[in-house]
Amino acid sequence: MNRPINEMRCEFESRSVNEGFARALAAGFLSQLDPTLEELGDVKTAVSEAVTNCIVHAYPKGIGKILLRVRLYPDSTAEITIRDWGVGIPDIDKAMEPLYTTGGEDRSGMGFTIMSSFTDGLRVRSRPGKGTTVVMKKRVSPRTEPK
Amino acid sequence: MKVTARFHSGRLWLGLKGDLDHHGARDAMILIKSRIEELYPRDCLLDLSEVSFMDSSGIAVILKTYKLMNELGGRLWIENVPAQPMKVIDAAGIDRLVAISSLTAKE
Ligand SMILES: Nc1ncnc2c1ncn2[C@@H]1O[C@H](COP(=O)(O)OP(=O)(O)O)[C@@H](O)[C@H]1O
Ligand SMILES: [Mg+2]
Repeated sequence: MNRPINEMRCEFESRSVNEGFARALAAGFLSQLDPTLEELGDVKTAVSEAVTNCIVHAYPKGIGKILLRVRLYPDSTAEITIRDWGVGIPDIDKAMEPLYTTGGEDRSGMGFTIMSSFTDGLRVRSRPGKGTTVVMKKRVSPRTEPK
Repeated sequence: MKVTARFHSGRLWLGLKGDLDHHGARDAMILIKSRIEELYPRDCLLDLSEVSFMDSSGIAVILKTYKLMNELGGRLWIENVPAQPMKVIDAAGIDRLVAISSLTAKE
């Protein structure tokens, strides 16, 4: 396992206005790997899904804290971690099934499906009452043209 | 999130502008629903050309709009979808329910 060449962490409150902030922050930091517009869009989408889940599901009745951490590796991969200290997920396998949602009509149940199809690896750890950690890997393709 | 509406002979055109995420979806849905219920259109066109970002919250907005139009016996089209929202729509597989056309031809 190689060591990260750079790392950033940011903690913010679970307010929906911070969804755009978290996307911009992750994308801005990832820019160091010189990703394509599509790769940047993929990371924004995956981060948006994970952060929205913290806001909607982890802290349904109030405001809690969310941690976003991005690590960049020398082989042009990024590891993105989103963590909350909310209600947790009782059955992770079930939660990750397409269309499964506990959120009713406002949700589509496609969050985890999108996180996994837009990244190169998704791991979810959770304990009811303690919180949830989502870790995603994204490989950035090396550019053929020299800069 | 901004929603602009134009209505002509049974056709309701709705232009969405901004980020269609969970934060933007609430306002967008209220505006879309009120226009549809007020104008009772036969056809509804959601123009996404000015949507700067969309995630699965936007999928929920499209599906809710589809249900509203279905209840009226009307039809829904999603038009001018930029690349990032298109990728999300493809991953969610909702093109089986709603007619979708991308913006790529014009990009
Ligand atoms: N951070 C979280 N804390 C608690 N529950 C979560 C969290 N993330 C996801 N879940 C659970 O997993 C389900 C599926 O999540 P997702 O695929 O994103 O769909 P959606 O957000 O549309 O419900 C949610 O409805 C919720 O029950
Ligand atoms: Mg979700």
